[in-house]
Amino acid sequence: MTMIFGVPLAVFMGQLMLGLINGAFYALLSLGLAVIFGLLKIINFAHGAMYMLGAFTTLLGMNYLGINYWAALIITPLIVGLFGMLIERVLLRRIAHLDHLYGLLLTFGLALIFEGTLVNFFGVSGARYPTPEALQGGFKLGFMFLPTYRAWVLGAALVVCLFTWYMIERTRLGAYLRAGTENPALMQAFGVNVPLLITLTYGFGVALAAFAGVLAAPLYPVSPTMGSNLLIVVFAVVVIGGMGSIIGAVLTGLGMGLIEGLTKVYYPEAASTVIFVVMILVLLIRPAGLFGKEA
Amino acid sequence: MKTVAEVAPEFRDSLGGEMLRIRDLHAYYGESHILHGVDFDVRRGELVTLLGRNGAGRSTTLKAIMNMVGRRTGSITINGNETLGMKPHRIPRLGIGYCPEERGIFASLDVEENLLLPPTVRSGGMSLDEIYTMFPNLYERRRSQGTKLSGGEQQMLALARILRTGARLLLLDEITEGLAPVINQTLGEVLMTLKERGMTIVLVEQNFRFAAPLADRHFVMEHGRIIEEISAAELPSQREHLNTLLGV
Repeated sequence: MTMIFGVPLAVFMGQLMLGLINGAFYALLSLGLAVIFGLLKIINFAHGAMYMLGAFTTLLGMNYLGINYWAALIITPLIVGLFGMLIERVLLRRIAHLDHLYGLLLTFGLALIFEGTLVNFFGVSGARYPTPEALQGGFKLGFMFLPTYRAWVLGAALVVCLFTWYMIERTRLGAYLRAGTENPALMQAFGVNVPLLITLTYGFGVALAAFAGVLAAPLYPVSPTMGSNLLIVVFAVVVIGGMGSIIGAVLTGLGMGLIEGLTKVYYPEAASTVIFVVMILVLLIRPAGLFGKEA
Repeated sequence: MKTVAEVAPEFRDSLGGEMLRIRDLHAYYGESHILHGVDFDVRRGELVTLLGRNGAGRSTTLKAIMNMVGRRTGSITINGNETLGMKPHRIPRLGIGYCPEERGIFASLDVEENLLLPPTVRSGGMSLDEIYTMFPNLYERRRSQGTKLSGGEQQMLALARILRTGARLLLLDEITEGLAPVINQTLGEVLMTLKERGMTIVLVEQNFRFAAPLADRHFVMEHGRIIEEISAAELPSQREHLNTLLGV
């Protein structure tokens, strides 16, 4: 059997794959956080809750309305995105003129409310969502077994990240977003409806989290606390990548997933802390993050 | 030289009509009261300057027109539309282009993206080709990051990008500030061309020698009001008086 540094190849590749899958979720979530932070300057603590609401909407949609997985991929981000836009319009906008710390507190409070409400109705144990039929099974690659669903998650997440990058860096709407991030007052003076742009941006960032939630539903137990567990790691990823660039959020997300996976192979005890160790190192050497702009 | 009506016949009838009318304008930044009852009119196709010392309220007047200050009272009509109750993003759509004092070039956009950024507010704006003909430097550097340009080029860019939008009323804040005389000469020629095309221009200017040959009328501001109006014809006889007012 082929060995890599004393570990069987299949185990090595399997962990790497798991790491990449986790990394795909980190990438999707930190991407949404970065987009929201750029324009609203708010650290969206409700992001994990939005991911969780995405998974729950998918689960409940199937159980009560018979909405299948494929429809949920479109419908769930739309519903949760609209919900996010409502939150921005009704709550966040009212405190936009205050210190951005209030936005952090407000979104943190919202996350607790959403989680608490769902715990009240569904408990914390979590429910299973079946893997869609077309994505069951897997491929024997010779050196490892690759479950179809995991390959799909990785591919779908990468496509959505690439699409987001393209939208922001290469389109007119994206140019509005980048310019609005720099100087919203001047954008208004050019005739751009900045408040609307802010609402749409928050909705889009939240929709990305919800999309991640749909992808996660068949992989992890759908539970009210699934978001808050993930969000702490995602914040570390965002700190490592820096708030500066879209591509930075995606690459850091995938990279941290891989590092986590590798640590699981060679020193499993550190797997859950390795990202935070990297975060400390990055903060010491490059306080603005790997891709962030130095202030 | 062609007259305005020949270059832009659609404006023949309305030429000389009122483009901007400001009455008893007060503006506040938080608690501080900056404008104390500004009154003036600008006719279509005119180029007027707002002169005055630092802190007289000239830039604030332009910002107040764009609804970029805190609270405002009084009246600002643009093309007959009262704008005091309008949302900030609606005002430019009446056909106004604003060029801020700090130029406001976006670092995250390249030169061409900066040029294409402001949405079109009216038909009849300059095409990208026309703009590049007018500012050949910008064409050469169209792929550079906006803020990597020299000060003069950034000023050209800040001016050029509002010409694309079809705006007919331009509010230009200190466009010659800190620039070399040769660049100011180019800017002066550009303003003359724009005037010939029938644009209405309000110029906040520190550099009186730049503004004097271009303007039809000068308004002198002090302590947040207009204290003097001097037409181009009156200028030679009023020169000394003006120098006293401006403290030069």
